Amino acid sequence: MNGVHDLGGMQDMGPVSPEVNEPVFHAPWEGRAYALTRAMGAWRLWNLDATRFQRELMPPADYFRLSYYERWIAGLQELMLKHKLVTVMELESGQPDPGAAMRTPALTAENVPTLIGKGVPARREVPVAARFRVGQSVRARNINPVGHTRLPRYARGKTGTVDRDHGVFVFPDSNAHFHGEHPQHVYSVRFEARALWGEQVSSVDSVYVDLWDSYLEPA
Amino acid sequence: MTTTRRDLLAGALTAAGTALTPALAQGAGVPHDHDHDHEHDHQAVPSDPALRVKALESLLVAKGLVDRAALDALVDTYEHKVGPRNGARVVARAWVDPAYRQRLLAEPDAALAELGYGGLQGEHMVVVENTPMVHNLVVCTLCSCYPWPVLGLPPVWYKSAAYRSRSVIDPRGVLREFGLVLADEVEVRVWDSTAELRYLVLPERPSGTDHLSEEALAAMVTRDAMIGVAKVAMPDSGKRV
Repeated sequence: MNGVHDLGGMQDMGPVSPEVNEPVFHAPWEGRAYALTRAMGAWRLWNLDATRFQRELMPPADYFRLSYYERWIAGLQELMLKHKLVTVMELESGQPDPGAAMRTPALTAENVPTLIGKGVPARREVPVAARFRVGQSVRARNINPVGHTRLPRYARGKTGTVDRDHGVFVFPDSNAHFHGEHPQHVYSVRFEARALWGEQVSSVDSVYVDLWDSYLEPA
Repeated sequence: MTTTRRDLLAGALTAAGTALTPALAQGAGVPHDHDHDHEHDHQAVPSDPALRVKALESLLVAKGLVDRAALDALVDTYEHKVGPRNGARVVARAWVDPAYRQRLLAEPDAALAELGYGGLQGEHMVVVENTPMVHNLVVCTLCSCYPWPVLGLPPVWYKSAAYRSRSVIDPRGVLREFGLVLADEVEVRVWDSTAELRYLVLPERPSGTDHLSEEALAAMVTRDAMIGVAKVAMPDSGKRV
């Protein structure tokens, strides 16, 4: 989806403002928002790609107005509603609906170290042929899917070179919509800065973008 | 009044509370800790995200969907256990041990595992090395992808629209805002974390550090240098690190 989240190349977002001695969380609620998102993800009713897509669906004005963890909570609430873990009435009242089933948490404190230590690998050890080879000239396809995609707009239609083949990974464009993992090769594609942005940028600089096999065509 | 789902979410998540609907204002589980009766209109209930997240946590605990101790453990992990000191240790090891540096660049997941690092949002790592002629910079233009096991959770500026938008089109301008001016002939390589690879920059070791121990070297390595918005400077050089 050509959404506001796809920010690469915009120029009117102001200066970068680093904060000295920034805390991990600026307030306790940010930590809770982070942890709630992880703990609810442990139910495995949705996946990382679906989580990202949900956040991308936020209305643009809200996306820019809200803070990072407010966006996380917004996305989490929507996912919980979609997957029927909570109801609108419960979110309004803050109380379980009468007769609501009592569950047993999917994530306990004992398995937090395992979750963090093992992670959720997206690489798949399955034999899938690579359509492109390192050193090959490729073009990012000019596609504008209305669903989730990880092909940024600034790379579409642009020509680069396959720098490395990272192996086979879950395909987010299908996985985000629960249409299967469709594992395929991911390549780091090197684009010369001038191929992306024209003569105004440095002739020696480059941008490397990790792109799935389906996003590419021979150039 | 009927609250649509859209109203609920827009209202529940409006930072300034400008879009609160009456239905939401009465609800969202905001604690009723005032001691008067409840006949009045609750539109004035604050939309403070702290209260809303607290209410959400209470609801999910009441439904048995989350375990408070698990939330505590998650917060504690990223506040106290996992952070950029991990990455600094990796960098220092690579500086003092050429064989480790080779492994780190060639097989980063295995090399990081040697020091005990890996896992969530660092399952598939790539390490890119700065040299006198190549400077690497890491960004995630589409969201906030970041190598948690070695750097912890990302700072606000890394997740900001300003950084995400301009790093790819004007990396030298962004670096100047961090106080880093690179010579024209130095190649800037920007790595956009669009897939599930997570990037760590191996900064250049400053000259004049031959006498320093691995621990002393690690203490010099900053988070910003491992993202690529700074170089590692000697502590007494007076330069921004």
